[in-house]
Amino acid sequence: MSIRFGPWSVRLAPRALVVALVLVLVAFTVTVAAIATGEFTVSVPDVLTALFGQGTPVAELIVSRLRAPRVVTGLLVGAAFGLSGAIFQSLTRNPLGSPDFIGFTAGASTGGILGVIAGGTALQIAGGALAGCVGTAVLVYALAHRGGVQGYRLVLVGIGANALLLSANSYLLTRANINDAATAGAWLTGSLSGRGWDHAIPVAVALAALLPVCACVSRPMRMLEMGEDSARAMGIRVEGVRATAITVGVLLCAVATAAAGPVIFVALAAPQLARRLTRSPGVTMGASALMGAVLLTGADLAAQRVLAATQLPVGVLTAAIGGAYLALLLRKDRH
Amino acid sequence: MALPQSESARLSGSDLTLAYDQRVVAAELDVRIPDESFTVIIGPNACGKSTLLRALARMLKPRKGAVHLDGSVITSLPSKEVARRLGLLPQSSIVPDGITVTDLVARGRYPHQKLMRQWSRADEAAVSEAMRATDVSELADRIVDELSGGQRQRVWLAMALAQETPILLLDEPTTFLDISHQIEVLDLCADLHEAGRTMVAVLHDLNQACRYATHLIVMRDGAIVAEGEPAGIVTPDLVAQVFDLRCEIIEDPQSGTPLIIPEARRQVRTTA
Amino acid sequence: MASRGRPAALAGGLVVVFGVLVLVAMASVALGARSVPLSTVLDALTAPDGSGDHTVIRELRVPRTLLGIGVGAALGLAGALMQSLTRNPLADPGLLGINEGAALGVTLALGLFGLSDPAVYVWFAFGGAAVASVVVYALGSAGRSGAGPVRLALAGIAVGMVFTAVASAILRMDPQTFDRMRFWLTGSLAGQTSDVLSRIAPFMVVGLVVGLLLARPLNMLALGDDAGKALGVAVTRTRVLTAVSVTLLCGSATAAAGPLWFVGLAVPHAVRAVVGQDQRWVLPYTVLAAPALLLAADVAGRLIARPGEVQVGIMCAVVGAPIFILMARRRRLAAL
Repeated sequence: MSIRFGPWSVRLAPRALVVALVLVLVAFTVTVAAIATGEFTVSVPDVLTALFGQGTPVAELIVSRLRAPRVVTGLLVGAAFGLSGAIFQSLTRNPLGSPDFIGFTAGASTGGILGVIAGGTALQIAGGALAGCVGTAVLVYALAHRGGVQGYRLVLVGIGANALLLSANSYLLTRANINDAATAGAWLTGSLSGRGWDHAIPVAVALAALLPVCACVSRPMRMLEMGEDSARAMGIRVEGVRATAITVGVLLCAVATAAAGPVIFVALAAPQLARRLTRSPGVTMGASALMGAVLLTGADLAAQRVLAATQLPVGVLTAAIGGAYLALLLRKDRH
Repeated sequence: MALPQSESARLSGSDLTLAYDQRVVAAELDVRIPDESFTVIIGPNACGKSTLLRALARMLKPRKGAVHLDGSVITSLPSKEVARRLGLLPQSSIVPDGITVTDLVARGRYPHQKLMRQWSRADEAAVSEAMRATDVSELADRIVDELSGGQRQRVWLAMALAQETPILLLDEPTTFLDISHQIEVLDLCADLHEAGRTMVAVLHDLNQACRYATHLIVMRDGAIVAEGEPAGIVTPDLVAQVFDLRCEIIEDPQSGTPLIIPEARRQVRTTA
Repeated sequence: MASRGRPAALAGGLVVVFGVLVLVAMASVALGARSVPLSTVLDALTAPDGSGDHTVIRELRVPRTLLGIGVGAALGLAGALMQSLTRNPLADPGLLGINEGAALGVTLALGLFGLSDPAVYVWFAFGGAAVASVVVYALGSAGRSGAGPVRLALAGIAVGMVFTAVASAILRMDPQTFDRMRFWLTGSLAGQTSDVLSRIAPFMVVGLVVGLLLARPLNMLALGDDAGKALGVAVTRTRVLTAVSVTLLCGSATAAAGPLWFVGLAVPHAVRAVVGQDQRWVLPYTVLAAPALLLAADVAGRLIARPGEVQVGIMCAVVGAPIFILMARRRRLAAL
């Protein structure tokens, strides 16, 4: 299917389009449900008026101060993780290449835990996570670089770094006193509770800046999946595209981790789920971002409402839901 | 070994030293690809023929010297611009999981597309023309992974064709194919050449090279030993010098080109 | 293929690795919060006189060392077997969800049922490991193309994530168990008594023997299922036996020392880089080299934080990861 308008033209797969629309609808439904329901139910019209600053003070407090920032943070963080995962899985041509496995998320955790132990403020903890993620990425990339970076080598070096950092994290946790350990442990599983607009805005800014870049590199990256020679023959500046993509992927991962803690699994699962649903070959950035947003907010909603008594952090639930769903898709997968 | 300078060559390399890491494969190589020729590069294993092709296609940066395309150093031209003039069918490419034939061929249009112009009528026409020429139109919606080796090679060729470049480089396009598919691919290349393209291919089979090439480049140990029209240069001496093979050369009854008949060593031994 | 001198050289290398293991084991018995001279160690082993040093050695250090050898050998062999069977150089009992299954079993036993006898909870570990391997393999081999490496890894990660999530949910609801288990969860050889070893050893031995006997059929399967079948390998039987062996090895190792990973991934990698792809050499080398790494890490962990200690799981990664990264950098890693 193709759409042409004057000199503009795009080629669209109907199935991918439908999947994207459905995901948008699901994200919207989850958002409304997350804002409207809870211990204090707000009717949908009240939600809308409150969002535009016309509601009762109570509704406004609940909607604009408590629930909306949390769900918006979830949407943005999920989208950022989904995109970051899509980028790295495409570059390494390997689902194990997602940032949760090649040490980036673990590096962010190390930074975050150090922040907790040093008694830092929420902002300092987030800064630690950001620094940890970027630092790890630079290190892994430098170590994997030998006359160009090969996907497979990046994965292996990343797995080594991941092991090292996970150990460092465990060590820090066992050394910490029980209160710090509990705080850090909660942060480590990833959580959206208590997230305000000051968490959402940096992620929104990062996404706004990086999404256009994603759009530009997504087509060359798809060509790169066919091997370096093929891509180069098509006129792609391989090293440039790769460096841009890695920078974008790392930044997205770092910003998202800083906002919500190392929510593992979204970056791995969202692109895989998106690919299987759209049945599209290769990287699907848009669908991956939407899937990440849906996965994270859906899991958070379930954690808040269905399992409210246990107050499970969203990280645990994304792993459970995403893992089960991926398993289901793998079972049905026929190619 | 200079060619007559009158013969124009859009693609040429001068004083090329080619190396992987520390290993120098070829040194001080001068090569010209005559326009509208079907040039075949041939030689024994590890003679540097694929390396030379990769250098011509800017896959490999020469240690010394430069490859020129239309008078400019090829690496100084914008990469997409080169990709509109010169196509390459690499020896190995990765088939993305679950991609259909049409989608794969359509990727050949990349150098002609822009962010806001991703699928113009020209793109569509080029893709269906490429699929028609390679006879893969009826496979359009099949998954590439599920095709046979010969079909898959035709699909890759279709992708390179969809690129619509006046010059097309092919790195061992017949490897892994059975004899009928080899001939099929080479006939297709000959048709493309006939239609006005400059074709450059690395081949293994000397007889096929002689039959299809209009210009033959014979290499050994990283040096060009002979080049020119096959009938003019392929002699028993050359074959002995390049391949260490004693042979007789007769005229190919089908095409009139040189046909190499290797000397039957066993028989020689029994009669001796 | 291999030249004639090669088997002799490889056998010699095996003796060298064994020697290294013996040295490391001796160090593990002698060194620690209180270091003991080797002569005292020998006395304690041959003629115990009930002195403080002798008791420490006989009651703590020797069982711990033996446990380390068992756990290391089990994890290394399990990793090598899985990498060979799945033809996936990244297969690791930790990556494919097997250790997570065993860990969930132990968490259930300790956290929900309050069972603290290792002879009892080891069965939970086996159960978890078995469930994990069956589920992972079933998911990974569904579909037309069979168990492709990437599918299998994906399935393992998905299942491992679910198990870990459930385990951490249990731990979160029960802070006391979390505090008790957070040391075990990073992997530790400390605090295990000799009866843990004696209860778990039989399972480990069976797993090791079965695993080592699989070298030849696995060599054939490395050529692909069809080629293996054509060469007369009972493909299904080999697969099932490998799975049984891996389950026994991972279950017992995890029950004893917590969900260690990296040993099973890195050691077979390093071994293959040296001895090549022949499983008849890869498996024995791994069985000797993996415990050497584990014990060395354990000793280092005891020495650097005297009088406390750093858990062996942490030290394994600290020692192993840089080596692994260097290897990944230096050569084009041998794919399987």
